[in-house]
Amino acid sequence: MSTPQPRIEVASIDAFILRLFDRIDEANMPWMLAAGTRLRETFGDALVDLVPSYTTLLLHYDLQRLDPRQARELIAGALADLSPETCASGRSHIIPTWYDPSVGPDLEPLAQRKHLSVPELVRRHSEREYQVFALGFTPGFAFMGLVEEALAAPRLTTPRKRIAPGSVGIAERQTAVYPVESPGGWNLLGRTPVGLFDLDLPGYSLLQAGDRVRFEPIDRAEFIRLGGDDTPLESLQ
Amino acid sequence: MSLVIDNSTPFILLQDKGRFGCRHLGVTQGGALDWVSMGWANWLLGNALDATVVEVGLGAFSLTCQRDGVLAIAGADLGATLDGQPLPAWGAFRVRSGQRLEFAHPRRGVRAYLAAPGGFRGEPQLGSVATVAREELGGLHANGKALAKGDQLHWQGDALQMRDMPRAQTPDFSADARLELILGAQIGDFSGQSLFDAFNSQWTVDTRADRMGVRLLGPKLECRTQSMISEGIALGAVQVPPDGQPIALLNDRQTIGGYPRLGALTPLAAARLAQCLPGATLHLVPTVQEAAHQEHRKAVAGWWNV
Repeated sequence: MSTPQPRIEVASIDAFILRLFDRIDEANMPWMLAAGTRLRETFGDALVDLVPSYTTLLLHYDLQRLDPRQARELIAGALADLSPETCASGRSHIIPTWYDPSVGPDLEPLAQRKHLSVPELVRRHSEREYQVFALGFTPGFAFMGLVEEALAAPRLTTPRKRIAPGSVGIAERQTAVYPVESPGGWNLLGRTPVGLFDLDLPGYSLLQAGDRVRFEPIDRAEFIRLGGDDTPLESLQ
Repeated sequence: MSLVIDNSTPFILLQDKGRFGCRHLGVTQGGALDWVSMGWANWLLGNALDATVVEVGLGAFSLTCQRDGVLAIAGADLGATLDGQPLPAWGAFRVRSGQRLEFAHPRRGVRAYLAAPGGFRGEPQLGSVATVAREELGGLHANGKALAKGDQLHWQGDALQMRDMPRAQTPDFSADARLELILGAQIGDFSGQSLFDAFNSQWTVDTRADRMGVRLLGPKLECRTQSMISEGIALGAVQVPPDGQPIALLNDRQTIGGYPRLGALTPLAAARLAQCLPGATLHLVPTVQEAAHQEHRKAVAGWWNV
C-alpha cells in the first residue's frame, strides 16, 4: 500500500479532521496507529482528544495554548514521513460467546436467510479474527471487521429499544458487542459474559482501536459460570 | 449538609466543564451546555470558572438551605425566588438555614446555573462530575442520575467573594440568536441554493432538542454526500441527515457519526443555542476558524478584565 497523503480539514474552532484514507481497509490500521503515536508525542499536553475512526482521526487541541495555524503546522510536521507501525501494538482478545436464540434472537432468522445451519453460521462468525476500527456509539462499543461477505446483514428496519449488555451482533460487514444496555439495530447472535467497559479496568475499555478479537463459542453452563446473565431482554419489549 | 432537594426533574444535573481525553473510548464530553453562564455563576462567587454547578433545566426545582451561606445564579431567568421573594436572574445572594430556594419555569432562556462556594461536591469519574444519564456516568452518586428529591448537596469552601454582575456582560436571551458557524470540510458538497438558504433563512428550534443535539427547522438543505464513513464529531458540529434538516450537536453527542456537516458552531454559539426553547428563531452566520478563535479568546479574557 502506498503512503497515505493526509488531508487536514477544519472540524471546529479547536479541532481538525485528519483524513488518511478514503475507504475502510484492515491495511489502514498500522498507518492510523503510527499517526496517533506521532500526534500524541508532538502535541503533548496541548492534545485534548484524539478520536480514531475507520479512515480519519479527529484531533482536538487546547485552544488556550495553540492557535489554528500553529496546530495545523504541528499536525503537518507530525504526519510527514510517516511509516506504518509494523509491530502489532494492539492486543489480542478472545471473547467467549454463548450463541443461542434465547440471547441472540437473530441467530436463527439470519441463518435461514443465508441458507446456513446455525452451527455453520456460528463457525463462520467465530473462526475469523476481527480488527477494532473505532470506538463510539456508547463507551467501549467497538466497531470490528470485517465479517465475511456471506454473513453481512443490514441493520434491523426498526431498532430494538433495549439490548442486553454483552450482546454480540452483526451490521453490514461489522461485528460488535454492546457494552451497556442500550437501544440498537444490529442482528444479535449471542451474548458474552465479559465486561467491556469498566472504570476499574486499566484503560477503562477492554477493546481499543487497533486491537484484534476472536469470538469463542461456549455453552450455557460456561456462560453462567463466567458470570453471564441469560435474561432474554430483547424479547421483553 | 448544605442544601436538601425538595423537588426535581430529569433536567436538573450536576455539571462542570465535562470529560476530556476519553473520546477515543466512546465516552461523550458532557458538561454544562451553556458554559458561559456556568462561568459567570462561578465568577460571581470568586470560584474557578468550571467549579461544579447545578444546571437547572426549565425549572420545577426547589431546595431548602441547611446552613447559612452565599449562592449565585446565572443564565436563564427561571423565575427564581428565595422564600417567595424574587431573585435577579444573574447575581450572588446570601441564604440562611431554613430558607427555601425555588426555580419556577422559563421566562427567558432554558438553563440556569446555581453555584456555591468552591463548587458542589461530587465524585469525579474520568476527571469530571458531569452527569450523563445515557452513559451512567457522573452526578451526585456517580451513576449518571439527575438530582432527585431528598438528595443532599454540599459545597466545598467558603465564599471568597460576592461580586456584582457587570451589566454589559449579561446576554439577552429574548432576542433572536445569531449563531456563528465555522465552515467545515463538506461545505462544497452542499448545493449553492442550500448554502444561500443556510445563512439567509430564519431557523426554528424543533421540539426534538436535548443535551445531545438540537434539530433546526427551515429550508431543506441538499448535500451531494448522503452518508459517509463514520468519523469523530466535534462540539457544535452541524450535521445534515438525508431529510435536509440540520442538527447541531452539543455536549452529550455521540463520539462518532456519519452524516455530512455544514461545519461547527463556535463554543459561544453552542452555549447560546442551549438557551433556545423549542419554537425560538435563530440565524446562522458563517465564519472561519481563525476569526472565531480570536473572538473566543477575547470573550474568555473578559472574565479576567471585568
